[in-house]
Amino acid sequence: MAADGGEGMTADVAVLGAGMHPWGKWGRGFVEYGVAAARAALADAGLDWREVGSIVGADTVRGGYPGYVAGATFAKALGWQGARVTSVYAACASGAQAIDTARVQILAGRADVVLVVGADAAPKGFFRPAGGDRPDDPDWLRFRVLGATNPTYFGLYARRRMAVHGDTMEDFAQVKVKNAASGVLNPYARYRKRVTAEEVAASAMVADPLRLLDICATSDGGAAVVLSSMEFARRRGVVDPVRIRAVSTVTPRYPSTVLDLPEIATDSAVAVASATETFRASIARTAYDEAGIGPEDLSVAEVYDLSTALELQWYEDLGLCGEGEGAKLLREGATAPGGRIPVNSSGGLASFGEAVPAQAIAQVCEVTWQLRGTAEDRQVPGARVGITANQGLFGHGSAVIAVR
Amino acid sequence: MSRTRTPVVARWFAGDGENFSLLGTRCRACASVFFPREDVRCRNPGCQGADLEEVPLSRRGRVWSYTDGRYRPPSPYVTDPELPWEPYTLIAVELEAERMVVLGQAVPGVTPAELAVGMEVEVVPGVLHEDTETVWTTWQWRPTGVRA
Ligand SMILES: [Zn+2]
Repeated sequence: MAADGGEGMTADVAVLGAGMHPWGKWGRGFVEYGVAAARAALADAGLDWREVGSIVGADTVRGGYPGYVAGATFAKALGWQGARVTSVYAACASGAQAIDTARVQILAGRADVVLVVGADAAPKGFFRPAGGDRPDDPDWLRFRVLGATNPTYFGLYARRRMAVHGDTMEDFAQVKVKNAASGVLNPYARYRKRVTAEEVAASAMVADPLRLLDICATSDGGAAVVLSSMEFARRRGVVDPVRIRAVSTVTPRYPSTVLDLPEIATDSAVAVASATETFRASIARTAYDEAGIGPEDLSVAEVYDLSTALELQWYEDLGLCGEGEGAKLLREGATAPGGRIPVNSSGGLASFGEAVPAQAIAQVCEVTWQLRGTAEDRQVPGARVGITANQGLFGHGSAVIAVR
Repeated sequence: MSRTRTPVVARWFAGDGENFSLLGTRCRACASVFFPREDVRCRNPGCQGADLEEVPLSRRGRVWSYTDGRYRPPSPYVTDPELPWEPYTLIAVELEAERMVVLGQAVPGVTPAELAVGMEVEVVPGVLHEDTETVWTTWQWRPTGVRA
């Protein structure tokens, strides 16, 4: 790749360290998971915490406000040492916005080394909105008025794909089979057991046509990365680090004509024509534009498989195949290990469950290990370029492109 | 003692029988339509409009997609924990004139097995839940019998 971080302008930052606390239901506080991940990332980077000039936390939200203000909470737990501190909240994209904040601080010369941490201790059962009577909050309204849980939205998308593109429930099950097989190989995954299509079909229906094993769980977990300037990495003798080359955090464009969480209706396209590009596709395209690459350059991709059907949608939104061809790409084995573009080599959310502020950082950890060639039994041979993609509530989404 | 009938959200729908409809708003400057209603500003980024009028939405539309809730949703959805959970169906409906999709519960008894993308449905008044003083009303989608 070009832009070696040498003389002249570069927008690259180095990933010096990546670390995670295993996902699960451990019953402990999120600070513990975050600190464990942070220490693992610092050890991986070969850095003392006191060398870190800035810490960015992806907020852990309880009751509609951050349970603690994440950046400061992790800084205090690691030991106050005077670092610049920032906390960000962007629903499921919180971790990617935290990474982007760190990157911008480095590129602006405000810090040489930045620690990014996200961690969550998830509640039991469905995610639910904060309490109280809050009819000005669309997230509260969709539960109050419709009882519309997150899985019901996933069910709507899945049924729409079946009607428009001819996807089948068997296709959806095969996404779970693929991701579960990768999760078996990942020591940080919560579910490390192979799953068969028959087991998916035999699991309880949650939101027609999606069954329990089509839908990701909610988990405890923590993830962290240590980012630095290319100059700092070179001074430390890291000659060929994984580099983050693009972070996309764009909003939708009006009128948004896909029924996204937590909305009760789409925008109307009666006065302004809807964009030719969907929100998710625009997230990926913005990252490709910034990195100066295209989908044909990718070695690996980590996508937000909140449901099995949504993974197929991401294939199309990332440009791995044409619209409506996601299931075909899966059936051909292109997205499985050994395929043209392995997707979710980590095991995906199917194997992890979602730990909201940690998840987008965990995606970057997996891509980092893949590009370093240290992903052990999950390794995609010769991986050089990776993308992560996610989408969350309230018009948040992200994509990160890393290269080596 | 008669209980009061109260909309689960004020000013989102009105009328009875054939006159029942969802209520949106329309920007007088750019004609953008909003549901849930915007009353103080237009959300079109190319419009500075702040004058919005109430408009009834089309009573009929086509099924964009559908699903159901097989498990009891958490609060603030109101259910009786003493009673077994009865799954209900959700339908996302494409309104042709407004060029938008609006979600709603199906009338009780309609299951996903009876639905198809493209099928025609109409909006009807329904009851979300009842307590000792109040019958909480809502909108529901009902198939008209016209297939795609
Ligand atoms: Zn307007």
